[in-house]
Amino acid sequence: MYNSALTFYKGGVHPPERKELCEQNPIEAMPLPQEVTIPLTQHFGSPCKPLVKKNDEIKEGDVLGATDSAMAALVHSSVSGKVKGVEECLNLMGTKVLGVNIQVDKDSPPISYQVKEWRDKSPQELLERVKAAGIVGMGGAGFPTHIKLSPPKEAKVDTLILNGAECEPYLTTDQALMREKAEEILEGAKIILKILGIRTCFLGVEENKPDAISALKDAVAKGKEEYDIQVKVLKTKYPQGSEKQLIYAITQRKVPGFGLPFDVGVVVQNVATTYAIYEAVVLGKPLYERVVTITGKGINRTANLLIRVGTKIKDVVEYLGGTREDLRRVIVGGPMMGFAVPTLDIPITKTTSGILFLTKEEVDESPHKGCIRCGWCLDACPMGIMPNEIGIYVEADRAQETGQFGVFECFECGSCAYVCPAKRPLVQFIRYAKTKAKR
Amino acid sequence: MEEQVMVYKESEVPKLSVGVSPHVRAEDSVEKIMWTVVACLVPPLVWSIFLFGMQSLYITLVCVFSCVATEWITQKALKRPITVKDGSAVITGMLLAYTIPPGVPIWTPILGCVVAIYIAKQLMGGLGYNIFNPALIGRAFLVATFPVAMTSAWVKPEIYLTQSAQVDAISSATPLYIIKHYGLSVLFEKYGSQGKVYLDFLLGSMPGCIGETSALLILIGGLYLLYKGYITWHIPVSMIVTVGVLSWIFGGEGLFQGDPIVAVLTGGVMLGAFFMATDYVTSPNYSTGKIIFGIGAGALTVLIRLKGGYPEGVCYAILLMNPLTPALDQWFRPKRFAPSKGGLQ
Repeated sequence: MYNSALTFYKGGVHPPERKELCEQNPIEAMPLPQEVTIPLTQHFGSPCKPLVKKNDEIKEGDVLGATDSAMAALVHSSVSGKVKGVEECLNLMGTKVLGVNIQVDKDSPPISYQVKEWRDKSPQELLERVKAAGIVGMGGAGFPTHIKLSPPKEAKVDTLILNGAECEPYLTTDQALMREKAEEILEGAKIILKILGIRTCFLGVEENKPDAISALKDAVAKGKEEYDIQVKVLKTKYPQGSEKQLIYAITQRKVPGFGLPFDVGVVVQNVATTYAIYEAVVLGKPLYERVVTITGKGINRTANLLIRVGTKIKDVVEYLGGTREDLRRVIVGGPMMGFAVPTLDIPITKTTSGILFLTKEEVDESPHKGCIRCGWCLDACPMGIMPNEIGIYVEADRAQETGQFGVFECFECGSCAYVCPAKRPLVQFIRYAKTKAKR
Repeated sequence: MEEQVMVYKESEVPKLSVGVSPHVRAEDSVEKIMWTVVACLVPPLVWSIFLFGMQSLYITLVCVFSCVATEWITQKALKRPITVKDGSAVITGMLLAYTIPPGVPIWTPILGCVVAIYIAKQLMGGLGYNIFNPALIGRAFLVATFPVAMTSAWVKPEIYLTQSAQVDAISSATPLYIIKHYGLSVLFEKYGSQGKVYLDFLLGSMPGCIGETSALLILIGGLYLLYKGYITWHIPVSMIVTVGVLSWIFGGEGLFQGDPIVAVLTGGVMLGAFFMATDYVTSPNYSTGKIIFGIGAGALTVLIRLKGGYPEGVCYAILLMNPLTPALDQWFRPKRFAPSKGGLQ
């Protein structure tokens, strides 16, 4: 359809997209659950300390947790209600973190936010609004956004890239958001450009989302102002949305190993994060709800749900009419990089982009075999590292020697394991190798 | 199908499976690859039955059965998981049979199969760890133990497509034998004309090993494997081109007087290039290494054919390149997308 679609040149795979299960669904607000549990660690960095205690009455948008550490983001309440306790809860990695359990007061009037002018404000002031809203990267890693928007002085940032690739199969969160909130996302982009003091912005979207592309193009055509904002159509190829691959596809710049996008003058923001920045700066609304794709053949109804942070997966399931008999695996995130969770008693966080309910036929559970040295992983790896050798070295208890194969450049996209005909858990081998290998 | 919808209750939720990402996998599996290769190897066998009679089928069945049985017994004895279902032993059996003259007594290849699977494959660690291509080790062993049968038990084809070959004393000798001992011109004379030689050799009406005669049928199977992505073009193309070019330069009476087409259509070059040199375990993993491997195998084939004691050299050429595989994998690695600036390389 788009002949000039951009992409990265090395590796990549084409898993079945399965977006059709959910991509047509409009964004739908989920009603408030009975109670929520809001984890105080939803970001990359230091945990927040609770600022509330049992029986406190709190309002939607109140700050629940904060910390003195620079590498952190505030946590706000997503509901009005009464604190039932500050206790440990499970996060999706299966580890326990401190969370605030709140009994929701459904009769409390909804908070309304007024549009605030931002164009006359200084970049510093805009950055403060982002920080006050507790925004983190919503694509998955949860890196505090105000830090990402404060590049070091020596970094000569000249380009902002908005990541709307959404290359993970099944997920349609960003697609729905771009389709329905294109103008808001664009406004968010302009805010980021102002904060960074630059004027070039590219919106990267995979070509399998024509609705999002046309909505963004319309929005761009409407209000260009003094900025140079362009929609860039990307080839549909996993992992197109990986930061390094995306930067290369659009700017042909390569972020070196152990490097950051700053090093090549680029800042990347996920489109959902950009929308959160819009809400924070223009409406003054903290990040406490987000769009989450609920999909897969194992759930009764699929939806792009606007969900309050802290809502348990089981409440979402109940709202959508239950799971199906043949449900086999529940994954938080996408099928390539997401985490399988053992229980539905897990709260949704700022970084939850999707929850997949996969049936037996959708999940691969075949046992793994020895490496047959087909070398397919070498062709699939977008980083040019050698997953086959890393796997063999790990099995031979020589993981400390795997630095030579580029183990630290791996961002665990799973392309190698996806193509592996012996079904080897290559990502797991690499994760293990990273803990042992010498830098 | 009746849809069963369950509303969540804590006690009723089905047990969830957990596992590491990625949670979805491509459909190709070791079994699927191996059995596809087996299927691609069937047409040359059918042709061989037409050409040389039921003996071809019997020898192939004996080989396949011996290989599978050896694998099963070995794995049982070594207390390893039984993996005969993955089809790799079947491939070894078929490939070994395909490199045997159809006139040998049918019990002859059994020993070769035992050596191929027991020594060359299982004692090396099983699938994925063998240094040499098991089928070729089996063949090399048979050539050493039954030298006469393995180099002379040729069968005169029952059908000549172009009805051109003259029945005489050397009509059951392989084309490479004729070239080596009598020269190219004698070959063309025997088959009528150069054009008829090309056609006969492409379609496969010539004396030869069980599965190597029809270049066309092997090519079809090989192209299907290429289309499925199970093999890449690097080894077959580099090997065949090398054999052709070097045979053209050095294979005739003077320089550049050899016949590249005859060279690549005979002596199992096609079978070796598409089905043996591309064996995952014993060939390099990455494209650059694969090309070097193919060139090496091609060059050694021509060297053995022209200067060695045997008229054909594919088997030993590939066997000689096999142990270079780990080195080629070390030397020719994928180019890293963006390596770190210092330290690790």
